Amino acid sequence: MDLAYSPEEQAFRDEVRAFLAENLPDDMADAVKAGRDLGKETYDRWHAILNQRGWLAPNWPKEFGGCEWNAVQRHIFDEECSFAGTPRVVPFGLTMLGPVLQKFGSKQQQDRFLPRILSGEDWWCQGYSEPGAGSDLASLKTRAVRDGDHYVVNGQKTWTTLGQYANWIFCLVRTDPEVKHQEGISFLLIDMDTPGIEVRPIVLLDGTPEVNEVFFDNVRVPVGNLVGEENKGWTYAKYLLTHERTNIAQVGSSQAGLAAVKRMARAEMSGGRPLIENPHFAARLAQVEIDLMAMATTNLRIISQAAVGQAPGVEASMLKVKGTVIRQEINDLARRAAGPYALPFASEAVEGSNEPAAGAGPVSAQYFNNRKLSIFGGSNEIQRGIIAKVKLGGGK
Amino acid sequence: MNFDLTEERQMLQDTLRRYLADRYDTGVRNAILDSDTGFSAEIWAGLAELGVIGALFSEADGGFGGAGFDIAVVFEELGRAGVVEPMLDTAILGGGLVAALGNAEQKALVEDVIAGGAHLALAHGEPASRYDLNRVETTARTEADAIVLNGRKAVVANAEAAGHLIVSARESGAVDEPDGISLFLVPAGMAGVTLTGYPMFAGGRAAEVVLDDARLPASARLGAAGAAFPALETAVARAGVAMAAETLGAMHAATALTREYLLTRKQFGRPIGTFQALQHRFADMLIELEQAQSAVINAAGHLGEDAPRRDLHVASTRNLIGRVGRLVAEESIQMHGGIAMTQEYELAHIAKRIVMADHRFGDTDYHLERFIALSTAAA
Repeated sequence: MDLAYSPEEQAFRDEVRAFLAENLPDDMADAVKAGRDLGKETYDRWHAILNQRGWLAPNWPKEFGGCEWNAVQRHIFDEECSFAGTPRVVPFGLTMLGPVLQKFGSKQQQDRFLPRILSGEDWWCQGYSEPGAGSDLASLKTRAVRDGDHYVVNGQKTWTTLGQYANWIFCLVRTDPEVKHQEGISFLLIDMDTPGIEVRPIVLLDGTPEVNEVFFDNVRVPVGNLVGEENKGWTYAKYLLTHERTNIAQVGSSQAGLAAVKRMARAEMSGGRPLIENPHFAARLAQVEIDLMAMATTNLRIISQAAVGQAPGVEASMLKVKGTVIRQEINDLARRAAGPYALPFASEAVEGSNEPAAGAGPVSAQYFNNRKLSIFGGSNEIQRGIIAKVKLGGGK
Repeated sequence: MNFDLTEERQMLQDTLRRYLADRYDTGVRNAILDSDTGFSAEIWAGLAELGVIGALFSEADGGFGGAGFDIAVVFEELGRAGVVEPMLDTAILGGGLVAALGNAEQKALVEDVIAGGAHLALAHGEPASRYDLNRVETTARTEADAIVLNGRKAVVANAEAAGHLIVSARESGAVDEPDGISLFLVPAGMAGVTLTGYPMFAGGRAAEVVLDDARLPASARLGAAGAAFPALETAVARAGVAMAAETLGAMHAATALTREYLLTRKQFGRPIGTFQALQHRFADMLIELEQAQSAVINAAGHLGEDAPRRDLHVASTRNLIGRVGRLVAEESIQMHGGIAMTQEYELAHIAKRIVMADHRFGDTDYHLERFIALSTAAA
């Protein structure tokens, strides 16, 4: 056992760090560190910077323009990005759809869509969840009926993250209502400009329209936009979910979040002393840091296995549960650290006029917004169910 | 032992609950949240007319209540309905302090408050004071027969709507000494007082208040010079009962919504309330809710006692309410799933109220420390 990174891995980290130091714009890093809402323009700018360096698609094979990094390299890259405060790379095209098209898409679909994902020409969003089908995704009802060389799509998707920016959506649709739930689902690529599509923003409890409802009213989609075979969409969806669950522990984000809490707790005063010296706050902080240190190693253990080709099983579910619980605990600590300054809605309102608390950022918004972490991508209840089923139910 | 409400309080509870059930739905509240003032003058007038404000003052001060259980009854209902109107700031804090310290002339304000005609705000906390009541850096300097205030007050709830700010300032003593703190009645719009307002995360508005050579007549002082601290502590203890009760009401609302959702939302072909993993967690919520109910009774019942014993109960109650509040808010959101994350759904507002209450006049950690200190001193 050797807990140190190899010299090659260390060299890679240095290379990433140097690149970030040179190429990440200060205004971008400031906005990320302050937890401000990032608009499309910021995501596009960062996307273009990474694309220029050829570092946009760590998980793609080289033949499609990816880096083909192994799991350890990807982890190092994510970690350095979190420390530096980069915007996240919008995952829908790059980490979700890309691998599906590479494995199951037609040559034509690959040639048409993959380069446009890299160039940023297309912004994809995900059409999985429906009002009646959240954690029970297979109960989805959006219908696609074949009509000549088109499918006619009717139904509604929801929780479509950043759908307001997207010009394409990949959807799970029901093409056969007569068979069992998981069968009869197809994977369809839909141009958001097609007549009959309406996108309505959902304002979340932190006041941001981060997600949307997408309505389909007799939307005609060319048959050529079907990925793989009709009624086999569940297979592709599951494949996509395994990719969504890479970097699921979000160790880098938690580490960056913890560092931010410490910065705040050094600046905030409590009883005439820095809050970080308050024994109760210090104990809470230490507790979550201890948990995070262990989880970082759990994460690396699983990543090392993945790097030599072993697919994670229930470990992915374990990382999702632990990772999100830790992240939410850090959000809670940040909220507490802000004290009375957690009350204002817009931190900008007090920024610049208030020295110690200005660094607090929109801590309450982040705390509430990140309640979603234990709900989406298969809720933590679903993950615990998977773990128990595999370990108790004689599964693999 | 008798845990029933008196007839008068029962009537007050019924009337207030009915009034709010009729008038204060999610749509109404969201419109109020979006407004420039952050509260509804119409609702405020309605509450005054129902006697809700009067119930928070003693007969000697022109009201017909003012005890711990009166406060608890009113605020539990306000919390249940998620009311954002500044009852705490105007009546309990502002009105309470004027009633406690004011001379006959100043006390005319209390009458206005009870009638619904005046709004007040307590400008006490400062950027570096966090939750410590004794830490006051703002200064009051006497010049001939004038008093000159300088300093900065943080997150002053209801400041913009208030006709008067009740501003704390130090006339003598070290920065964290209880002695030497005075309170002053500062009329809105006075020269030398600058407000920077903003909405609060869970509704209502607050402001940063900068005092730059604000000159007041000596008659603006409430009570004797440098002697306001005990009254401040009392007002904040009363506010502690109010906030605990309000959070309790909000937790009742969150639990009711969650129960409804567990019974109706179907996943995998059956109501999610039939899954044992959720049943046990809902059961835990109910157990903790009973604890919260008892804690509020404890604080309300001891509010009239001497300061150390009173504050011990307030601290224990607020610590427990803070812990249970976080549990109820987070579990309610989690069990609802995505729908709870949307602003237009009732639970979103209720959950925000519950969590944000922990940021006024001390959070769970602060009250834990305070409880340890007070119980150690008592032993």
